[in-house]
Parts: sequence; structure tokens; C-alpha cells
Amino acid sequence: MNTLIAATDRWYPLRRSAEAVLAPLVALTGAAVLFSIFLLFLDASPLDFLDLVWRGAFGSSFSLQNTVQRAAPLLLTALCVAIPGQLGLVIIGGEAAVVLGGLAATVAALPLINTSPIVVWAAMAVAGSAMGAFWIGISGWLKAKLNVNETIASLVLAYVGLALFNHFVEGLLRDPASLNKPSTYGIGDANMLDTVPWLDVHPGLPVGIVACVVCWVLIYRTSVGFACRVTGGNIRAAQLQGLPVTKLILLACAIGGGCAGLAGAIQVAAEYGRANASLNAGFGYTGILIAFLARFNPLAIIPMAILLGGLGAAGGLLQRRMGLPDATIQVLQGLIFVSILASDTLYGRFRWFQPGSAS
Amino acid sequence: MPVSTALSRRHLLQTTAGAAGLAAVGLSAREAQAAKDLVVGFIYVGPKDDYGYNQAHAEAAAMLKKVPGVKIVEEEKVPETDDVSKTMESMIKLDGASLLFPTSFGYFDPYMLKMAAKYKSVEFRHCGGLWQADKHPMNTGSYFGYIGMCQYLNGIAAAHATKTKKIGFIAAKPIPQVLINVNSFALGARSVDPTITTSVIFTGEWSMPVKEAEATNSLIGQGIDVVTCHVDGPKVIMETAERRGIYTCGYHADQSKLAPKGYLTGAEWNWITVYKQFIADAQAGKPIPNFTRGGLAEGFVKMSAFGPALPEAGRKNVSAIKAEIMKGGFSVFKGPLKDNKGNVVVAAGKFLPETAIELESCNYLVEGVVGSIG
Amino acid sequence: MMHSIGTVLLAMLAGSLRVSTPFLFVSLGECLTEKSGRINLGNEGVLVLGAMVAYATSYETGSPWAGVLAAAAAGFLLGALHGGVCSLARVNDVAMGIAIMLAGTGIAFFFGKPYVQPSATLLPGISFGFWSDNAQVRNALLVCPLFLLGIAAAVALHWCFNATRVGLRIRIVGDSQDAALALGLPIDRTRLFATACGSALAGIGGAFLSLYYPGSWNEGLSSGQGLMAVALVVFSRWNPINCIYASLLFGAAGALGPSLQTVGITWGYYLFYAAPYIVTLVVLILTARGGRSLRGMPGQLSIGR
Repeated sequence: MNTLIAATDRWYPLRRSAEAVLAPLVALTGAAVLFSIFLLFLDASPLDFLDLVWRGAFGSSFSLQNTVQRAAPLLLTALCVAIPGQLGLVIIGGEAAVVLGGLAATVAALPLINTSPIVVWAAMAVAGSAMGAFWIGISGWLKAKLNVNETIASLVLAYVGLALFNHFVEGLLRDPASLNKPSTYGIGDANMLDTVPWLDVHPGLPVGIVACVVCWVLIYRTSVGFACRVTGGNIRAAQLQGLPVTKLILLACAIGGGCAGLAGAIQVAAEYGRANASLNAGFGYTGILIAFLARFNPLAIIPMAILLGGLGAAGGLLQRRMGLPDATIQVLQGLIFVSILASDTLYGRFRWFQPGSAS
Repeated sequence: MPVSTALSRRHLLQTTAGAAGLAAVGLSAREAQAAKDLVVGFIYVGPKDDYGYNQAHAEAAAMLKKVPGVKIVEEEKVPETDDVSKTMESMIKLDGASLLFPTSFGYFDPYMLKMAAKYKSVEFRHCGGLWQADKHPMNTGSYFGYIGMCQYLNGIAAAHATKTKKIGFIAAKPIPQVLINVNSFALGARSVDPTITTSVIFTGEWSMPVKEAEATNSLIGQGIDVVTCHVDGPKVIMETAERRGIYTCGYHADQSKLAPKGYLTGAEWNWITVYKQFIADAQAGKPIPNFTRGGLAEGFVKMSAFGPALPEAGRKNVSAIKAEIMKGGFSVFKGPLKDNKGNVVVAAGKFLPETAIELESCNYLVEGVVGSIG
Repeated sequence: MMHSIGTVLLAMLAGSLRVSTPFLFVSLGECLTEKSGRINLGNEGVLVLGAMVAYATSYETGSPWAGVLAAAAAGFLLGALHGGVCSLARVNDVAMGIAIMLAGTGIAFFFGKPYVQPSATLLPGISFGFWSDNAQVRNALLVCPLFLLGIAAAVALHWCFNATRVGLRIRIVGDSQDAALALGLPIDRTRLFATACGSALAGIGGAFLSLYYPGSWNEGLSSGQGLMAVALVVFSRWNPINCIYASLLFGAAGALGPSLQTVGITWGYYLFYAAPYIVTLVVLILTARGGRSLRGMPGQLSIGR
């Protein structure tokens, strides 16, 4: 009955989109109100806070650059959570995929540093993605074959991966000249990625945006993506339909892990030039937050990454001007996260957003 | 979710950002004009109150706040990633800083160097970096203190207090600056009694309280009765050692309050000496030195007061050697010196002064140290 | 050689008794929560918040036990928040747990800043090694009363699940929603209560970290113990008594790294430090084998469905 009404109710798709925007908006407003109360308790002015967040995040070309720079790797690490998320998997081990991907990329680049930069970058991209895909793929495989809970498995593998990374960077692959900060050998300045022309932003940004768009097309416009979403809705139904669930799980984890590994490779090529502890900068964990905020939609990841990048960018200014510790931003992020998740409950509750209610 | 949702959200952000941007640019320009003070920026890699490395810098910064005509801006917990480039840029553009002190080793290359190339009128001085005139721009520089000498004195104190002849060192990572400290501690102890052994444990991280506590307990389980350390925040080690009733030698800052009974003495930074000089130069318009190093004699580092547990003989010994160091020419790494694998690292008749460039790439543990670099 | 082995074993025993306590409390709390059919990954944040609250309270009041109570209260509140929001329709409790973890950690770091410096009064230890002359043995057997409390809690919880009406109710709500509805049990309230109490236990685990070992508050205190405890619960097949053994095992694995270094085995110390995580992974793989339904898993738990 509802589908019939939906077919004739021209405004239903728009109302459904409105619901998808309003619910998180309500949540964000709620979080902002709660946070303002928190600030008032501390004798800090919420208006000052807002002003500083604007200034630090979006208020000048420098701030915008800062925001976008921070958002760049986050786009890819968020995909690492969002793609498996479409299948109903919660993978939170992207951090290890980033660092191991960066390490693999560096190792792949080293024998090629005297050839052209294009070859180096290609090798790095392939090696980084492959490593990331493999690492996250382990969690996926454990889930598909042994029904091991992928959340805990990916988290534990994150810790193991990090330990392996440290072991190799400070041991076997260490550059003896990197004295006070153990690192691998460098890929050389000639092979470093430059910023995007005109915009002076991190080259990871266009890559991340392209990846988000490609993933969106994959999930929402291909049959493979459709199969993924069906599996995510109900795994038993998917199996009954004969969908190759194991292959889908592995594919989703490989794509997600590949994105995260690519993020690591880009970080090395664009910033550090070598693999060292700087890779371990929490991109993976922020990516989790963004993926959930975007409700696993790859396109929605873009504005969410910018929002969170902006908050991070403003953090420094907040510390210096308002004397607030950087944990303040963490509290805000936590509040936003809780609110957005709680707002999930608003879906489907209001009649106006249901099909057939306008006619 | 349909495409239209995502697009509309982005569009909203962009237009408001543009409007806010125009307003904010006007604001910041006015701000910069108002501040005729010298704005100095401090950047810490960890929390300011870690009873250790960062606190030593922050305490000096706090003292500088009283200097007239100087405005201090600080940011803590800035990781060694591009974040610090952004922090530096933010301090320059939004706070009007003209002198920056990024205090963690990993900030030097490439972040500080990139910023220095971009903002040629701003002075950058880095703590611990290896500035070289032929490689690095003139608006950068580095400063550091030879705290190894203080660890040598720590070692002498430890030798007088130890009853088991076994002392311990809890280190973060086996990098040269840390290894120099380990070796100096061991050599100081052996100068009093060559049978003393120093056991070293590497935790692998600059700040990991549980591992540091475990390491302390493990060492004590081996019979060690004096510990010192080189981690970012020595608080846990000092407190754990005190609770187990052994002696401690401090590092980075004065931890005597944490270990009132067992604290012998400690190696402390005295950054205010360096900072005061730099700021005075900057305010007078003089060029700030590019490569600054100093030890006890120059006041860059100092020793904590003697604790009640240090016997009189130890106090005399430490004070005597300290006086010798102050006179200049003292060397900890004197030949013949072997490492703990048997190789000769300093030939007989030679010595490595504090300033020796070979020390900056130290990669061995001297004889008498139990442990290896991994 | 024998002396070295002896030292390592003794160090592992000591480490086991010390490091296992937070695992024990968090896993018991998680066990309670999961028995009622809810998963709470946020206990990592509760652990950190509990540690901070305990330290701050002990510093302000001079009584470490007041700190422990305060930590339990803070845990209860955070758990209630998790339980409350999760009981709203369509909220994903795995994701909410991560959010709580973030919020709890953020709040703890924020309010904990002034407490990094000062030294609070710590919990005393009970000496079980008084019979030995060896200082090492005596120290290894110096046990915190919280450890004993934890064992008592495990026994009590086990008895509660198997022999009391309250325990039965929790189990039914956790195993089968239909049965609970048929019996007229208040599902949401039961889960809320179980989640809140579970987090209260986790808070006490945090208190142990800051008030006994390592006995200090700072931002690097936890190294994922809260999250590992979730794996521990799976390992223990949701049996509180098994949680005790599992916690001891994890504690011993955590002590492996430093103790090996003291006897001179220094190669690959990062890998040894990763030992507890590798143990967790092996445990997960071993317990998951054997098909879909894990023996003992509460039927309503979202990760099993």
C-alpha cells in the first residue's frame, strides 16, 4: 500500500531528504546547546567560542587551508569505516592501515627513487593501498570465515599493526642517519608530492574527494554496491538471496583498507618523505567519527571531514586565546557524536516525513 | 542518502565561510596592529604539567611572562605532524608572533624549515635540532643543553647511595641524546666504583605510564636500588621507586617533592637562561644566535638540591666534580673507552668533549651497561 | 639461566596480580552489561574517567576509598547515559559505545588537567608475602584490596546470575526478547540498570589505575584496557569466574616485555609489548571457531546477530 502511495506522492523523496538533513541538524543544535551550557559553567563565553571556531576554521584563507589540509587524510580514513559500514560491519582499525600503508609505500619507493617521480608515486599508491587492504582484510576474513567480531578484531589488529610498525621503523628499516627521530630512509625531495597548484592545499584532498565520489557511485549506482547494501540491511536475507556474502565482505574491507593505506602513502609522499612515528597521528580514529556522522554515505563524508578538520584547526586558537585545553575539542566531538547517534531515533517517528502523508 | 542533501550542506558551509572570512580578515589585521609587544610563541609536544620535559620549558615561559614588552602565546600537545606547521602559521598570522620556539625534536625537519622559508621575517629557534649554517636558513637556529654532564653527576651520587652496586636507567627510545645520558650515568657511577652495573630498559614510547611503572618494578626485581630515567614525564617512575623504597635521581625538572625520602639529586634544564638571552636580543634588535649550546658552566642546565638520602661523601664528590666541570675542559667520554660489546669507542689518550659532533650520533652503550639497543 | 627464568616468572606473577585488576573490573562490568543484551564499548572512556575522578576525589578529600566510590558513581552515570540513549529505537549501540569512549576520555582529560601535578593519597596494599625474606617475592605478593574485591565481585556476580531472580531476569532479557515480553519483564529498565552497574564496575577499574598502579593521573594512563576487556568477556564465555583467569593471563602477558628486557632479552621489545593484544586475537579466533552461535553468548547481543 505504501509503495503505491509513494509512487504518486511526488514530494516524498524531498521530504525524506529533508528528514535526513533535519535530524542531524537538530542533533548538532542540541550538542551546541549542551556544549554552551558546559562552557558557561566554566565561565567561558559560548559566543567567544563560536567566534574563535569560525576564525580558526573558516575565517581566513589561512584558516580555510588549515581546515582543508586536516580534512584531506580524514576523507580516506573515513571511507575505511564507511565502506565496510555499508555492509553492516564496524571496522575501527584504520589507524594501523594508515601507518602500515605509509611504511609499505616508503619501502616500495626506495628501490625506485632514481626513476621518475611518477613511477615512484604509482608504486607508493599501489603498495600503500595493498598493505592497507590486506590489514583490514584480515578482520574481514576473520568475520566472514570464523564469525569473529570485526570491531574487536580490527581494534586489536590496530594495536598489533602499530607495534609491528614501530618494530620495523626503529629496527630493520631504520635509517642510521635518522638519529633523534627514528625513521626509514627517505624517498628524496625530488619525489615528494607538491601542493595542488593555485590552491596550495594538500594533494591528498583531490584524491580523497575523488575517492569519495567513486565510492558513492560504487555503493549507490552499481549492482555490487546494491548487493552490499542489501547485505548490510539483513545478512541472512542476503544469504538466502544467494548473494556472495563472503566475497562482498572481503571486497568492502579491501576497498576500505586500501583507502586508509593510500592515506598513509600520501602522507609520506606529501609531508614526511619517510615513514616514522608522525604517521601515527590519529587520522584513523577521527575517521571513525566522520564516517558515523556521515552515516556511511561517501559524499556526506566530505562536509563532515571539513567540519571536523575545522574543529581541529580551531583547537589551537582556542588553546591560545581562551586558555581552554585541547581536550575541549574532544568533549565537543564526543557530544556531537552522541547527539548524532541519538538523533537516529528521530527517523521514522514523525508522520510528515512518511510516504503518503502529504496527500 | 541522495546527492542533493550532501550538496546543500556543503553549499551552506561555503557561503557562510566566505562571509565570515571577509569579516575575520578585517579583525585580525586590527589585532596585529594593536600588539606592539614582542609576541613569542611556545609549542610543546605534550602537556605543560608533565613534571618533565615540557614542564621545564613551560616554567621558563611562565617566568618570561613577567618581562615587560613581551607577550607569550603557548600551545601544548601539538603532535609532530603537519599540525605543528599550522600551529606555527597560526601563531604568526593570527597572533602576530615574530619569535617561535618549537620545543620538540620532531618539529625541526621539515615543518619548522618550511615555515622559516615561507616567513622570512620571523625567527625560529628549535630545541635540540642540528642546525647547520650551510644547510639551513638564517632565520632558524637551534639551542640545547648538555645535560649529559648532569647525568654524570647523577651517576656519582647514585654510586655513593647504592648498596647492591646495581643501578638502573629507564629510557624511552635509543636515540643519541638518550644514549648519551645512559652512558654518562653509567660512567659517573663507575668513576666512583668500577664494579657498578647499570641496567637499561627501553619502553619504546616517550610517555607510557603503565610501561614505565612496569619497567621500574622489573628493575627493582633485579636488585637495582637507584633509578633515573629519560622519558617525557618522570612522575610515575619517581613515585613508583619511592613507594618501593629505593633511591632516585631526577631528570628534566625537580622531582624531589615526589620522592622526598629517596631523591638524591637531579639533572634539570634551566631554559630561562637561554630564553632570556634570546628575548633580550630580539627586543634590542640584535641578531639572535643560530647555534646555541651550553652546559653547567653556561647555566643552561643545573642540578637539583641534594636530597636527605645522599651521604656526605657523595655530596662532596658531586660538588667537587661539578666545580671541575664549571672550570671547563672536563670530559665524560675519555679514552680508553669500550662499549658493552667490547669494541673500543674512544681510543686511549683521546677524549670527546661535550661539543663533540660524534656524540650527536652516539649509537652504543658503554661497558658496564647491561642492555642493548635492540 | 635458571635465575633469569625465575626472575621472569616472578615478574610475570607480580605483573599478573597488578595489571589484571583493571581488566577484571572492566570485564566483569562488561559481562553484566552484555548478559542483559547490550554491548558497551564505551567502558574504555569510563575507565579513564573513573581514574581521573578517583584521583581528584582522593586528592581533595584525602581518602582513596572516597575516590573509589566517586569513580563508581561517575561510571554509573556514564553507563546510564549509554544505556539510556541506546534504549531509544534504532540507535546503534556499538557506535554509541565509541562515542561514549570519546566523550568520557575528553571529559576526563579536560577536568583532569589540574590533577596531573599533585600527588593524591593512594590505596594501601595488603602484604601476602610476609613469609618470605626475598624482597622481590614480598613485593610480588603485595596485593591491592581492590583485587580481592574484584574476585569477590566475580563470585557474587556468578552466584547472582545462576541463583537469584534478579540474575535470571537479566539473563532472560539478554537471551530472548520474546520470552522477556511474555513474562512482562521491563526490558529497557533492566538493560539500563545492568549497563549503569556495569560501567560503575569499570569506573572502579579505572580507580585502581590512578590510585594504586601506576598510581598517578595523566593522559596516557590507559592503553586500551577497556576495549581489550570486551574481548576478555568473549574469551570467558560470559562467565564471571572465567573472567578472573582471563584477567590474570592478560596481566601476565602485559608484564612480559619489561621483565624480558631486565634479563637481557632486548630484541623486538615492541613485539613483546604487543603480547597482550596478540593473546586477545588468538583468543578471539579460538573462541569463534565452531560456527555461528557462540556457546554462552546472550541471544540479544547485537554483535552476534
